Amino acid sequence: MTLGERTRPDFPILSRQIHGHPLVYLDSAASSQKPRQVLEAMQRYYERSHANVHRSIHTLGEEATELYEAARDAARGFIGARFREEVVFTRGATEGINVVARAVANMLRPGDEILVTEMEHHSNLIPWQMVCRERGAVLRAVPVSGAGFLDMEALARLLSPRTRLVAAAHVSNVLGTINPAADIVRRGREAGALVLLDGAQAAPHLPLDVAAIGCDFYVFSGHKMLGPTGIGVLYGRRETLERLEPGMGGSEMIKEVWIDHAQWNELPWRFEPGTPPIAEAVGLHAAVEYLEKLGMARVEAHERELCRLTLEALETIPGVTLYGPRNPEVKGAVVAFNVEGIHPHDGAALLDERGIAVRAGHHCAQPLMKRLGIVGTLRASFSVYNTAAEVVRLAEAVEGLRGAL
Amino acid sequence: MVYSSVIRERFRRPRLRGELPRPDLAFEDVNPLCGDRIRIECRIADGRLSDARHRGDSCAICAASADLLLEMVIGRTVEEAAAVEPAALLERLEADIRPTRFRCVTLPLSVLQGALEGREVAL
Repeated sequence: MTLGERTRPDFPILSRQIHGHPLVYLDSAASSQKPRQVLEAMQRYYERSHANVHRSIHTLGEEATELYEAARDAARGFIGARFREEVVFTRGATEGINVVARAVANMLRPGDEILVTEMEHHSNLIPWQMVCRERGAVLRAVPVSGAGFLDMEALARLLSPRTRLVAAAHVSNVLGTINPAADIVRRGREAGALVLLDGAQAAPHLPLDVAAIGCDFYVFSGHKMLGPTGIGVLYGRRETLERLEPGMGGSEMIKEVWIDHAQWNELPWRFEPGTPPIAEAVGLHAAVEYLEKLGMARVEAHERELCRLTLEALETIPGVTLYGPRNPEVKGAVVAFNVEGIHPHDGAALLDERGIAVRAGHHCAQPLMKRLGIVGTLRASFSVYNTAAEVVRLAEAVEGLRGAL
Repeated sequence: MVYSSVIRERFRRPRLRGELPRPDLAFEDVNPLCGDRIRIECRIADGRLSDARHRGDSCAICAASADLLLEMVIGRTVEEAAAVEPAALLERLEADIRPTRFRCVTLPLSVLQGALEGREVAL
């Protein structure tokens, strides 16, 4: 039995019918579905253990705190961080990048540079535009080749002593390209820059070892990796986090407060003001356990096979254009494509009529769309619960798209 | 049915797609949801919209909406043209447009209004 067939019964939503067809959910890169184990863990938490964390001196408060902090330990293990204080809970990858951007803004001077890439999701672009404009810093971008790879020679050229931070996707949410994370980090750090990797499309699909990658920051979202919405992780190297001023203030992030000043709390709580998403952390913990039980190497192999089957099926269909690397070995679990004469939104609406959920549009990567000279694409993306039979249904439906309007 | 025969027909064989040489008014804008861009060019004579064309990269719903809209307003006064309601367009499209695609229908309307108000195109 394949991973997809084995895991499907755990995902209640997958038994839905859409417009009279069994749901084929191929939009996990936008948000994955949740297994029963995650839903039940959150339900159990609210029914048995909910209270506010950290300063509640009663049984429920202690249980909630234990569950919340246990989720941090699970996340630490999942990404290979060395210390639990390196794991900051956020609302998601976007918030993680903004937390870093606010903190880094304090260190930026006019003329300093931040280096991004042309394939960034808007989440890893707009925060840097904002801090650059605010501090008079310069934003530069590493170009992407026609085949969908980062131009690493250009990256080397663009790095300079003025580069204060490099922000790059680990895996592109459109092209699927797995960027050479360790190489980017090595070059960035050699130039004296901090390096942030956006792992939103990597954490759900690949075995991770952030300590080995060596980045200063790594962010991802729970809801793309079988967990709930409203929780994500900002990993920060301890040495780097210690140097940063928090950008957001409130309770929990302080040690002692006077009317006109305060002393910051220890890591990681310094970056977690306010009551955190406790139930969501519990859900994320269950999602991590679910993925670890499957084994991330097997998850990766399963999704790579689906990606390979999809590329093979789509490239034989007349009128289909594929974007990004063709070799599934260097690609994450996404396949972006267009059908001649069919706008991506029309394509997605027509596929939906057959029960197939795909993403359509610019995928929050408008500079990349401009670079490719297109308005948008269709995008099929995979998770543990997808099957080869679903790829066949997608291919059949795509075949019928040309001339459908 | 999202794609009514009206939408399919207008998308395949638009009647007013193209450009006007030296238009009196022109405006274009994007749909932030999808990045689609529509441009509408108008000719005005005696306070009336004497001719108009649309073009751009857009989905079938948006293209059909633009084509129908221009057909509805050519010959009308500028005030009448600017006052077309989305409901009137929706009715003419004869389609089951869901909220996620509503902006595809109304983008041509706001672009036409932008043109008639003489708004500047922000690029």
